[in-house]
Amino acid sequence: MARRILPGLPLTLGITLVYVAIIVVLPLGALIFKAASLGPEDYWRIVSSERAMASYRVTILCALAATLFNLVFGLALAWVIVRYRFPGRRFVDALVDLPFALPTAVAGIALTTLFASNGWFGAPLAAIGIKVAYTPLGIIIAMAFTSLPFIVRTVQPVLEELDPALEEAAQTLGASDMEIFLRVILPQLAPALLAGLSLSFARSLGEFGAIIFIAGNQPFETEITALLAFIRLEEYDYPASAAIASVMLFAAFTMLAVTNLLQARALRYTVKG
Amino acid sequence: MAKTRRPPRIGDAPIFRNTMIAIVLVLVALIIIAPLAVIGYEALSKGIAYFGKTIANSDTRHAILMTAMTALIAVPINTAFGVATAWAITKFDFPGRRLLLIVIEIPFSVSPIVAGVAYLFVYGLQGLFGEALQSADVKILFALPGIVLASMFVTAPFVARELIPLMQAQGRDLEEAATSLGASGWRTFFFVTLPNIKWALLYGVILCNSRVMGEFGAVSVVSGNIRGQTNTLPLHIELLYHDYNAVGAFAAASILAVLAVVTLIAKVALERRGAGRVRRPSLAGTAPDISETTP
Repeated sequence: MARRILPGLPLTLGITLVYVAIIVVLPLGALIFKAASLGPEDYWRIVSSERAMASYRVTILCALAATLFNLVFGLALAWVIVRYRFPGRRFVDALVDLPFALPTAVAGIALTTLFASNGWFGAPLAAIGIKVAYTPLGIIIAMAFTSLPFIVRTVQPVLEELDPALEEAAQTLGASDMEIFLRVILPQLAPALLAGLSLSFARSLGEFGAIIFIAGNQPFETEITALLAFIRLEEYDYPASAAIASVMLFAAFTMLAVTNLLQARALRYTVKG
Repeated sequence: MAKTRRPPRIGDAPIFRNTMIAIVLVLVALIIIAPLAVIGYEALSKGIAYFGKTIANSDTRHAILMTAMTALIAVPINTAFGVATAWAITKFDFPGRRLLLIVIEIPFSVSPIVAGVAYLFVYGLQGLFGEALQSADVKILFALPGIVLASMFVTAPFVARELIPLMQAQGRDLEEAATSLGASGWRTFFFVTLPNIKWALLYGVILCNSRVMGEFGAVSVVSGNIRGQTNTLPLHIELLYHDYNAVGAFAAASILAVLAVVTLIAKVALERRGAGRVRRPSLAGTAPDISETTP
């Protein structure tokens, strides 16, 4: 019903549209325009160059590994916070958001110092032959840290709302705990888990600040795509920077679409119970 | 939610329960607490006097000032935008409402580096307005305006996404009653709407501020990293760190770490007052959703 009793539509919608146009649409449009002005051949040559391809591989593989780690740890964390009562539970619940609150550059130098070969974690790991800082493992850790809250925060509300009656029914019918978890609980969590996974993966693809300190940034080995776009900029190779940034932008839009789709599904499941 | 009846559920066996709690607590200590602890440890590794001296360094002081100025400009503007957007989207029906919601969310899914590069192609010399700006002698990039603009991009959705789900759930009845009794739009907003959304508004403002003060990637592209001139605190941390001045870097980082902890505490306090409840996670933590809350 379009009852326009309330005032303020022209003012508020005007502010919104002007702001969105200047702050969001104009720069992204300029980026796409710059990349498009390259022409298809040059564009393809830049975005499919060996170094660019290597950076996609590093970024995607590390993001996948970080997301998998967060799937397990995030689910365990959400489970413990929701299902158990123990001293410090609220403290742990609040701490989950720290990776979002801590600036990425701060997280970057902290993680690098921890995992450097003389660091608190790096030294014992080096003793057993595992090198973390300046290797892909370091990138994975930085990505996992910065995207940890996503899976916890998507799964947590669904876990809270789970109907105990379903578990009880499964128990009465003689299912083992493992069977109940895998066949009764997990299917109910699956939509939220998937939504959290896609958010975590998308964030890892775009992360920059936390990674560049710990990555070592060797071309072909530990160079992420965001850094390559930045390096091309510092070399005054603006078209190449625009082209690589546009690839990241398209990846971001794809992930945004996937996430919205998964979330719409997750929500449907939650509402239906 | 307090449960009156708690039948034994799966995973409640003491051995499993205690093992799970122990594993999770150890991992939280290693993954979340250790980075925080190492910042404090490194910052104070040469004593409190040295720490004070590092913070008082003129470049560090200037970086703190830049960060504070950026937040002082970007956060109020973003707040006004967020309130206006939430009002337009929740109090009226107009075509393109859902599309607008998606466009507002875009900055969360875009890498900060992409945002910075995009701004370069608007205001940089090789950008859309580059030459016009240069001939008019207006400096946007490699100066405070560029830093503010990039910060506004990355935090654009913060306030709106806290307000939209809440205002959607509250409906329009109160405002409609107020205006039909003769209150003006502003009076309705300040005396009817604002009291109902103040905690959510504050919540959004605090998260927005935290992100503005901590933004690294986008600002690093548009600032030009000029020491003592266009360095914000996160950029200054990088510079000190690469200068092998670890104590200085961690001292500067400790300021932002304290800000992060204060933000978390404020967040928990506001969540107890009901802020941040109506939400669903998105790339920045939570996002507005209008599909589930039809009044």
